[in-house]
Amino acid sequence: MTEMLEFAFMQRALLAALLVGIAAPAVGIYLVQRRQAIMGDGIGHVALTGVALGFLLSTNPVWMAVLVSSVGAIAMELIRWYGKARGDIALAMLFYGGMAGGVMLINLSNNGSNANLTTYLFGSITTVSSSDIVAIVGLSVFALAVSLGLRRQLFAVCQDEEFARVTGLPVRLLNLLLAVTAAVTVTVAMRVVGLLLVSALMVIPVAAAQQATRGFAATLGLSVLFGVAVTLSGTATSYYVDVPPGASIVILAIALFIVVTALAAPLARRRARAVAAQGEDGTLGADEGREREGRPTRV
Amino acid sequence: MGAQTDGPGPDGGLPHGDGTAAAPVTLRGATAALGGRPVLRGIDLTVERGETVALLGANGSGKSTTIRAVLGQVPLTGGSLELFGTPLARFRDWRRIGYVPQRSTAAAGVPATVREVVSAGRLARRRFRPLGSADKTAVREALELVGMADRARDPVEALSGGQHQRVLIARALAAAPELLIMDEPLAGVDVASQEVLAQTLRDQVAQGTSVLLVLHELGPLAPLIDRAVVLRDGLVERVENPDRLHDLACHPHGSVPVEHTGPTIEQGLSVGGTETKARI
Repeated sequence: MTEMLEFAFMQRALLAALLVGIAAPAVGIYLVQRRQAIMGDGIGHVALTGVALGFLLSTNPVWMAVLVSSVGAIAMELIRWYGKARGDIALAMLFYGGMAGGVMLINLSNNGSNANLTTYLFGSITTVSSSDIVAIVGLSVFALAVSLGLRRQLFAVCQDEEFARVTGLPVRLLNLLLAVTAAVTVTVAMRVVGLLLVSALMVIPVAAAQQATRGFAATLGLSVLFGVAVTLSGTATSYYVDVPPGASIVILAIALFIVVTALAAPLARRRARAVAAQGEDGTLGADEGREREGRPTRV
Repeated sequence: MGAQTDGPGPDGGLPHGDGTAAAPVTLRGATAALGGRPVLRGIDLTVERGETVALLGANGSGKSTTIRAVLGQVPLTGGSLELFGTPLARFRDWRRIGYVPQRSTAAAGVPATVREVVSAGRLARRRFRPLGSADKTAVREALELVGMADRARDPVEALSGGQHQRVLIARALAAAPELLIMDEPLAGVDVASQEVLAQTLRDQVAQGTSVLLVLHELGPLAPLIDRAVVLRDGLVERVENPDRLHDLACHPHGSVPVEHTGPTIEQGLSVGGTETKARI
């Protein structure tokens, strides 16, 4: 274990894994809460155009991906606002346009290749460079500052948007901020698990955590714990066994989800019984009440 | 209907009184459309301080749209809206308004406890500042008002319809609003919760809170209502006075008067200042 930590590339890889393990579920929980778990996937598709644009213009693909995926995420948010019946079609166009644009642009550039693209599609955590780490740390800090610092406001917006507007919160601004933060998180996570698997890391730890929790704060805490556990152990696994880190992280996350679900099932059954018992009491009381007091209004 | 009402005037004695006598809601000639279809076709509606006004009418008559327009959630295509004397465009003091939306059956994707949901109501006062001990106290008191304090740590998904409705009311009350706006608070609510709700509203009204609510039928809230505004096809069809309201509440289908036995209703009627005998 300590031997692994002697290599600078593994130190960088584990630091990146740790940050992504925290940030991805912390941002993903709001998308899950709003039943938009798939949004991370869409942003990932659009980010690909950004990566390819970075190669084409010989600039850093990470920053270009942040820029393009943020624009894409804001576009998705605007479609959600104004979108009526055709909203889902517009989103699909955005997703596939982003993917096709990426493949097209990478072939136009001189210093990019399909091999390069694979690095971003499936992640390459062990090739994270020192300059990459600066970007990853900076972007993760931004994502965490938003997702944890504004957790009450974002919770209110994602739980009941109309109520949040009536409390006077700047809901549009918060929605745009959340969209940009999701784009930033996708870009950070793309080096670790790859654009095609980004959404998994934003969604699966949250899904696993809520099998065992009853509140939002508890779900947030446990999903971050799960996220860190799978990114670190997945990265370590790929050091000892020659397997791609992105894939092993996602498979570990799914395994964790299955284990938690199996362990939580008896707990959930017991709670359901308790609630049912309470509900029966309540219903009986209500029926008695109707017998006693409600009759005059019904005649 | 105009601005004149027979409810309590804007004189002192109200805990929320801040010297300004402006009515909480003044809606004049309001028109609005949803998806190109006119839904409000010229609504006049005033809620004075300390007054409880019910909006009645058939489905599609524009009740919910009216209160969503009052909240600024449906843009007016014509007419004017003032909240506490300030035109909507310049109104920023949203903490003075507590909103209880129609209970949605669609659950969020992540569980949330009763306390977490009610705490969101405090954001009307805190906005981006962190919640402190005063907020915790306010949340606890709001839960006690609706009799849900013992369920604070339970997930809202596990609650019955009536309990869920009480939580949404606690969320609105947590910010101690001067005007409560409620959309069908009795829909899908069991009788036990209806009584809790009526008592909670009675307490709020006694403290001087103004109330605007959409109702399908008056039910146990009838004694609390100062005026009922009946909408039809996006227009005010008629305004009912308290005596007539009492009759509607007791005999919604014009049936034979029956003696009341429920103590809560009796008590409520005396609060409403009307007789027990109906006169249809």
